[in-house]
Amino acid sequence: MGAQIRWMWRRAKRNPLTIAGLSAVTAMILLSLLAPWVAPYPKDVSAVHPSERFQAPSRAHWFGTDELGRDILSRVIFGTRISLRVGSLVVALALAIGLPLGIVAGTFGGVLDEVLMRITDVFLSFPPLLLAMAISAILGATLVNVMIAIAIAWWPWYARLVRAEAVSIRERAYVEAARAAGASWRRIMWRHILPNSLAPVIVQASMDFGSVILTSASLSFLGLGAQSPTPEWGLMINIGRTFFLTHWWIVTFPGLAILIAVLAFNLTGDGLREILDPKAAPR
Amino acid sequence: MIAYIVRRLLIGLLSLVGASIVAFTLTRIVPSDPAAMWMGPRATPEQIERTQIELGLDQPIPVQYWRYVSGLARGDWGISIVTKRPVLRDLATYLPASIELILFGLLIGFAVGIPLGVFSSAKSGSLLDHGSRLVSIAGVALPSFWLAMLLQLTLAKWANLFPLTGRIDLLMEITNPVRRITGFLLLDALFTGNLSALRDALWHIVLPAVTLAMYPLGLATRMVRTTMLEVLSEDYVRTARASGIRELKVLRKYALRNAIGPVLTIAALTFGYSLVSTFLIESLFTWPGLGRYAAKAIVSVDYPAIMGVTMLVAVTYIGLNLIVDLVQALLDPRVRLS
Repeated sequence: MGAQIRWMWRRAKRNPLTIAGLSAVTAMILLSLLAPWVAPYPKDVSAVHPSERFQAPSRAHWFGTDELGRDILSRVIFGTRISLRVGSLVVALALAIGLPLGIVAGTFGGVLDEVLMRITDVFLSFPPLLLAMAISAILGATLVNVMIAIAIAWWPWYARLVRAEAVSIRERAYVEAARAAGASWRRIMWRHILPNSLAPVIVQASMDFGSVILTSASLSFLGLGAQSPTPEWGLMINIGRTFFLTHWWIVTFPGLAILIAVLAFNLTGDGLREILDPKAAPR
Repeated sequence: MIAYIVRRLLIGLLSLVGASIVAFTLTRIVPSDPAAMWMGPRATPEQIERTQIELGLDQPIPVQYWRYVSGLARGDWGISIVTKRPVLRDLATYLPASIELILFGLLIGFAVGIPLGVFSSAKSGSLLDHGSRLVSIAGVALPSFWLAMLLQLTLAKWANLFPLTGRIDLLMEITNPVRRITGFLLLDALFTGNLSALRDALWHIVLPAVTLAMYPLGLATRMVRTTMLEVLSEDYVRTARASGIRELKVLRKYALRNAIGPVLTIAALTFGYSLVSTFLIESLFTWPGLGRYAAKAIVSVDYPAIMGVTMLVAVTYIGLNLIVDLVQALLDPRVRLS
């Protein structure tokens, strides 16, 4: 195991973009854990300072202050927590639905498989952002509803991915050998198909982390999702849109945070693919 | 081929039915009573009950679904709560402005993305290649609404190069009004020979179109690069190169031709995506299109309008995917045989 990890690390080091992505992800995790200690004005998540409204970036407020006089840097740092939470919960929920369905459909085939694939066809005939938007618009504007909505729009992708893996693995020689030795399909599913189909799922999940963060920020920007005073990046931009022409810093920094977060997870996913699944990696 | 077409059409039809079921289900799980929403906050219980019967909400679910679907087929897409007009008419009014914007965005995206993908694959591992990889990832990672604001701030407000908002100058609308023929402003201006309006409209479309272009640009670069790299390692390309055919011709004639399929696919895919992106950016540019209509509908929980927009985008998306699959099957026998 140790040798394997060392080998993976050597491969990762070869690509500077992967290193950049991994460092940014690590930094985000640290920031979110240490937010109350790192943020210069931790109370500014909800506190209001009318006398300090619209201050341009300065030594006291590196990212400036917003329309209620709150320190934007502190809010961006606390926003990391929200984005990471949304990303992990949505990906976990989508995986929890998609992975079992996909693996059962791919292993056993038959009517179940056909029905499941047609259902995913239906879901995939909506652009995911649209479906998430429609669902959260109907459910009502809260961050939890946005997470549910995105997960509902997302699970079919995992179901499809896992099913395709399962279908190709079940034709391999070692599965045939296990069958010949008398193993049941159920055992084969758990012992052979599941572990061997995890690599592409991990790659996809880490990329999706970024997409989910972008999607939830987009929904918050539309007024669905998080509500004031939550320091959610998309919401901060939505509120800032009224003021940004005269106070550029209000939208610039939260947007930069979204961009960096999405880039970081995409680069990490790209790098993981090179490491875990070298054949599928773009050269 | 016939079997493939029939199968593909059936899947398309199934997706349409599924989409309508999803849309119908969503309208049924509205937490607040649709009839109460319809009548507004000051309705009496009797009024709400009457509306429930009027809207058919007292019928069994399958009957309601059948009414909903046959309504869709007849062109009855419900009445918008906000505009109090038929949703389908609203959609028809606002769609052309969005399509114009999206096509412009796709044009920019592909015009930059395809050559970028080709050259970065030809010079794999070079600085240009690394740069284009970053562009392709960034294109997909950029929050479009944020990019829109940055463009407005820098190029419109500070540099004063482009108009901040709108589809055409207000003054121009008075002095050189464009007669509405197709609803596509650029086309109408061109047809009626209204060149000053055409120039002004082109000026206005640049910033929103560039915003929308980033996503197709990123995807096209990546897709073309990957496909080209695959093709360039094929034996016939090596043979062509060995026979002394010039590199540019190899790229164009042997390799790029194989990239047409993937490009078509992402053209359809990104059209659907851009349609949704307009929800995010049209309000910022006060662009009188589908996206602004949708964003307003979302904020005011105008669910017939929301469902109308959702169905329209889904139908467009399903239709485009169908067309792309059929065209690909026509071009490439491998697709229809698999």
